[in-house]
Amino acid sequence: MTTAAFACLFVFSVIGYIWNRQAATAIRRDGARLHSLVGFHGAYSLLVVLVPVLVLILLWLLLQGPVIDLILKSEIAAHLDGFGSGEVQLIVAEIKSVARGVVFGTPEPWKTEAAQYLTALQTRAGQLLLVVVTALSLVLVAFSHRKVSAEFRARHGVERIISGLMIFCSVVAVFVTLGIVASLMVETSRFFAKVSFVEFLFGTNWEPQIPLREDQVAAEGAFGWLPVMLGTLVITVIALVIAVPVGLMSAVYLNEFAPRRFRAVAKPLLEILAGVPTVVYGFFAILVVAPTIRSFGQSLGLDVSPNTALAAGGVMGIMLIPFISSFADDALSAVPQSLRDGALGLGATRAEMMTGVLFPAAIPGIVGGVLLAVSRAIGETMIVVMAAGLIAKMTMNPLDSVTTVTVQIVTLLIGDTSFDNPKTLAAFALGMMLFLVTLMINIFALRIVRKYREAYD
Amino acid sequence: MTDLSSHSARSHLKRRNRHQTMIKGFGMAAIGFAALMLFILVASLVSSGYKAFTQTHITVEVFVDPAEIKVDRLPRGGFDDVLLASLKTYFPDVSGRADEKALEGIISNGAQFALRDRIVADPSLIGQSVTVTVPVSDPFDQLAKGLVKRDTPEAQRRVSDREIGWFDTLDRADAISQPVNWGLITNTDSRFPELAGLKGALMGSFWALLVCFVISFPLGIGAAIYLEEFAPRNRLSDFIEVNINNLAAVPSVVFGLLALAVFIGWMGLPRSAPLVGGMTLALMTLPTIIIATRAALKAVPPSIREAALGVGASRHQVVFGHVLPLAMPGILTGTIIGLAQALGETAPLLLIGMNAFITSAPDTPFDSATALPTQIFIWADSPERGFVSRTSAAILVLLTFLITMNAIAIYLRSKFERKW
Repeated sequence: MTTAAFACLFVFSVIGYIWNRQAATAIRRDGARLHSLVGFHGAYSLLVVLVPVLVLILLWLLLQGPVIDLILKSEIAAHLDGFGSGEVQLIVAEIKSVARGVVFGTPEPWKTEAAQYLTALQTRAGQLLLVVVTALSLVLVAFSHRKVSAEFRARHGVERIISGLMIFCSVVAVFVTLGIVASLMVETSRFFAKVSFVEFLFGTNWEPQIPLREDQVAAEGAFGWLPVMLGTLVITVIALVIAVPVGLMSAVYLNEFAPRRFRAVAKPLLEILAGVPTVVYGFFAILVVAPTIRSFGQSLGLDVSPNTALAAGGVMGIMLIPFISSFADDALSAVPQSLRDGALGLGATRAEMMTGVLFPAAIPGIVGGVLLAVSRAIGETMIVVMAAGLIAKMTMNPLDSVTTVTVQIVTLLIGDTSFDNPKTLAAFALGMMLFLVTLMINIFALRIVRKYREAYD
Repeated sequence: MTDLSSHSARSHLKRRNRHQTMIKGFGMAAIGFAALMLFILVASLVSSGYKAFTQTHITVEVFVDPAEIKVDRLPRGGFDDVLLASLKTYFPDVSGRADEKALEGIISNGAQFALRDRIVADPSLIGQSVTVTVPVSDPFDQLAKGLVKRDTPEAQRRVSDREIGWFDTLDRADAISQPVNWGLITNTDSRFPELAGLKGALMGSFWALLVCFVISFPLGIGAAIYLEEFAPRNRLSDFIEVNINNLAAVPSVVFGLLALAVFIGWMGLPRSAPLVGGMTLALMTLPTIIIATRAALKAVPPSIREAALGVGASRHQVVFGHVLPLAMPGILTGTIIGLAQALGETAPLLLIGMNAFITSAPDTPFDSATALPTQIFIWADSPERGFVSRTSAAILVLLTFLITMNAIAIYLRSKFERKW
C-alpha cells in the first residue's frame, strides 16, 4: 500500500508537470507572452503536488503505527485490565506476531480475534492513505492547473518553494541538536527521578547491576559517576601524553624543516592514521598492544591487568597524532611570513625562529587543536569498548584496568533495553554528561582559535 | 663589537646549531614513530589476516545412502551419517560412538547442510555417489595453516595426536586442499569460524550507506546552498552555522543515543535495521557534506555569478544552472569522504542493535542486519581462535573499501578540479 501511495504521488506529479507545461505552451502558441518559461509552469505543478503530499505520506507512516496501537489497546482494553505496562507491550507484540502469521502454540481466542482486527485496521489504514493521497494530489493538480496563465509568475513560485526547501534543509542541523538535547534531557530527568542527583555527581561507587527480581539478594545498584569519569580522565591523559609531543614535533618538522618531497609523502601518511576506523584501532589494541604491554610488564615483575588503561590510552594516542599534527601545522602556517622573515633577519637559526617566534605566535591555534583532541578522546568509543575494562575503580594506575563513560554507555545499552530501567536511563545520564562536557570543550576551543587567529592581520 | 670568530662566539654558534639539529631530530623521530605505528598496525593485520583468505577443504566421495536419506522425508535425513560413512572408508578401524564423533569432527558442522541443499535441489542423487568438497572444521584448518603447532604438547592443543594422524592420512590421499576462501564474502555470519562470512555485513553496510546517502546528500547540499548563496547574515544563519560546526564534533556515541531514543523509542522503527543505521549515519555525515559543499561553492569565482546575473538569470538560475554544476566535483569528493567515514563508524550502530547475531543477509533496509564494522566487533569478541584471523581479514576488506572510496575521491578531485 505504501509503495502504491508513492507510485500514485509520482504519477500525479508527472501528470501535473506535463499538463501545466502543455497548457503554458498552448497559451504561448496563441501569441501571448508568458512571464515564465513553460518549464517553470510544469515545475510549479510538480512541486505543488510533490512537496505537501510527500510530507503527508511521511507523517502518516510515522503516526500510523502508534495510532493503530492505541486503537487496538482500546479495543481489547477489557482483556488488559490488571496488567503492567511491560506486560501490555508483550501482549501487543504477541498479537502483532500472530497477525503476521507467526504463531507459537495456540493463542487465546481473543488474541486471534485481536490479530484479525489488527490486520483489518492495517489494511484499512493503507487503503485510507491511498485514497487521501489520490484526493489531495488531484486537488493540488487542479489547483496548480487553474493558475496557468500568461501573467502567472511560475518561476517566482518555483523559486519560493525551493528556497523554502533549502531553509528546511539548513534547519535540520538545528533540529538534530535539539533532538539530541531533548532526548537526553527526557531520559536523564527520568533517571534522576529514580536516582538522586547528588549521588550521581559525587558518588564514588558505580555498580549499575540492579536486581532483576524484587526479592533478589544482589547489589542494590550504585550510580556514582566519579570513578567512571576518573577512568575517562586517566585514559585521556595517557592518550595526550603520547599524541601531543609526537603530533607537535612532527608538525614543527613538517612545517619548517622537511624537504618538500618528504612533506608530500609524510603528510598523507599521517592522514591515513586519521582515516583508520576506530574499531580497527580497538582490535589492534587487543591483538598487539595489550599483550606486548602485559608481557613487558611481567618481565619487569609488575602486576599488569589484561586490559590496561595504558593499552587503550596508548592506541588512542596514536589515533590522535594526525589530528594534533594537522591542527598545529595549520596554526604554524597561519603565522604571517613577516614574523619568520623578521626572526631570520635578526640572525636567529631556523630552530630558534620556530621555538622563539613561530610557536608562541601559533599557541592559540595549537591549544585549540589540543582541546579538540581532548574532546575527541573523551568521546572516543570503540577503542575503549574493546581494550579498556568494564569495572569502575577509583584508581589512577595506568597499568590497572579502568572504565570510561563511553564504555559504560555501550555496555549498559547493548542487549535488551527497556526504557523504564534505571540501568538504561543511567546510560542516557552519562550520555548527557558526555555531551555537555564535549560541547563545552568544543565551544571553548573554537572560541580560542577564533579569538586569537586574527591577532596579526 | 663582538668578535664573531672568538672562541666563545663559535662555541655559542655550535650550541645553537646543535639545538637546531636536536629539534630536527625530534621531528624526524616523531614522524618515524607515527610511521612505525602505521606499519605495525598494517603488518599485524596482514600477517594475521592473510590466512583467512584461504580455507582448508576436504574432498570426499559420498554415497548418498537411500537407507539414510529418503525422498519423501527431505529436507530431513541422516546427512551427517553419510558423510561419516564416507570418512570411514579411509579409516575402517574406527568404531565406537566417541571415536566416530571425533572423526566426524574433522568436517565442518555446516557440511551436512551443504550436502542437504545439494540433494534437495536434485533428489535423483539419492542412491548415487557424489563428490563433495566441504570446509574442514576450525581446529584442522588451523592445523593445516600451521597455527596449531605440531610440536606443542598434546594436552595443550585442540587436536590430539590421533586426529593429526587422521588428517595426515587424508592429506596423503589428496583429499585436503586449500582453495581461496570465497566463503568469506559469499557466506553470512555463523558460529563456526570456518563457515562465517561477511555477506550479511556487506549487504547491511550497503543498505545503511544507501539510506545515509539518500538522506544526507540532498539535505547537505540544500543547506549548504542556502547558507552560502542565499542566507542573509543574521542571528539565525549564525546560529545554524554554530550548530553545524558543533554537530561535527559531537561524539558518535551520542548520535547512537539519539537514534535509540528517537528513531527506535519514539518512532518505533525496527531495531537492528540498516534503515535506522543509515538515518543515524546520515545525521553524522550531514555536517561533513555541508562543510565540503560550502567550500566547493566558495571556490567558484564570483565572475561566473556576475556573468550569469548580467545576462538576466535569476539568482536561483545562477546557482542551479552555473555555480552548482561547477562545484559538483568538489561536492562529490566531500560526499565520498563523508560516506567513507560513515562506513567505518561503529559506536552508534552498536547502540541501535546492529551487532546482533544474524545468519541471513538483509534483502531490504528494514531487515535486521549487521554492518562491516559491527561484524568486526562481533568477531573480535568471539572466543574461537579461528575468528582472530577472520577479524583481521574482515578489517582488511573494510580498509580496502575505504582506500577505494578515498582513491575515487582523490581521482575526482585531480581530474575535475579547476584552477580559476
